[in-house]
Amino acid sequence: MSGPDVMFPEEQRQISSVCQRLHRDANAKAVLLIGRDGQPIAEAGEVGEIDVTSLSSLTAGNVAATGGISKILREKDFTSQFHEGEKTHVHITLVAGRAILVVLFDERSSLGLVRLRVRKAAEEMARLFEQVAKKAASGTGPSILNEITDADIDKLFND
Amino acid sequence: MSFINYSSREINCKLVYYGPGLGGKTTNLQFIYAKTSPEAKGKMISLATETERTLFFDFLPLSLGEIRGFKTRFHLYTVPGQVFYDASRKLILKGVDGVVFVADSQVERMEANIESMENLRQNLIEQGYNLDKLPFIIQYNKRDLPNIASVAELHGQLNPTNVLEFEARATTGVGVFETLKAIARAVLTELRRGSGG
Ligand SMILES: Nc1nc2c(ncn2[C@@H]2O[C@H](COP(=O)(O)OP(=O)(O)OP(=O)(O)O)[C@@H](O)[C@H]2O)c(=O)[nH]1
Ligand SMILES: [Mg+2]
Repeated sequence: MSGPDVMFPEEQRQISSVCQRLHRDANAKAVLLIGRDGQPIAEAGEVGEIDVTSLSSLTAGNVAATGGISKILREKDFTSQFHEGEKTHVHITLVAGRAILVVLFDERSSLGLVRLRVRKAAEEMARLFEQVAKKAASGTGPSILNEITDADIDKLFND
Repeated sequence: MSFINYSSREINCKLVYYGPGLGGKTTNLQFIYAKTSPEAKGKMISLATETERTLFFDFLPLSLGEIRGFKTRFHLYTVPGQVFYDASRKLILKGVDGVVFVADSQVERMEANIESMENLRQNLIEQGYNLDKLPFIIQYNKRDLPNIASVAELHGQLNPTNVLEFEARATTGVGVFETLKAIARAVLTELRRGSGG
């Protein structure tokens, strides 16, 4: 499995609030949580000016490429990366091997603080992913896929 | 892999355009981008060399409308077709929900088509997929050029399992949306089928 393949409203709320707390506790500019394949999952902070979709797909590509490099070097997957910009810095972490946590920060924070806060947030997120996976496996969550008919799909593609 | 968010009510799927170098994968995405209304698309990203060859991938996020109150979002990717970039191609295939193979119809590219098709099959196996079980569409591109193989020949070499195939001229858009709709439809149908629905 390459990412959480579903997300339910309850866990979405909890994950969003973990992002918000991380944003606050790390003094970050923004926090993004992304599926390993590049789909945005949750965000917090100053994301208004950011093209979140583009950023997500590029970050996923970046993490995939770094993962490829680590394989060639026979390293374990690099669990985190740091990119230093002139004003904005980026900290990227894998969460439970299935999602990517991105923290954007500036001089109001520090790499040490971000690392510290990210560790705790990542643990909570991993736990929530477990919860989602369990719910999905037990079939207690909602399921749109059971409701879709061929006619619905036809309707989407008939102009 | 598809991602269904019951909170934002979205179905996300990943489509990959595969095929030999210079076959027209990027051109397919460029045409789709040019002809889609601003509300339905995000930015197109191209990680390319100075000579406009795809270096890592192109990316285009598209919305194709709603099903039962769920937005359908498709993330379109192209791979770099040049043989040299195989490691990157493998990465792009991760989490794929459907594949479009863009073949170059020119006679002199037949060998490259066959090689790329074998490479696709092999790289999918490495990711734990079976091409015969995946939503899969073939496009015979560059039908406007003079020195092209017949569709029957291309079919014989590239489409032994009889998946849906389209003729195209990606530069002017012929066949481009037909191909896109066919793969999007196949992916949604497979999602529904896979869920036992
Ligand atoms: N005549 C003609 N030219 C085409 C057609 N489709 C694409 N081309 C041209 O073929 C060249 C290569 O197209 P690209 O879309 O960049 O090819 P690609 O498959 O993305 O190539 P890589 O990125 O190297 O894998 C460009 O000059 C296109 O304009 C077509 O249908 N007819
Ligand atoms: Mg290209």
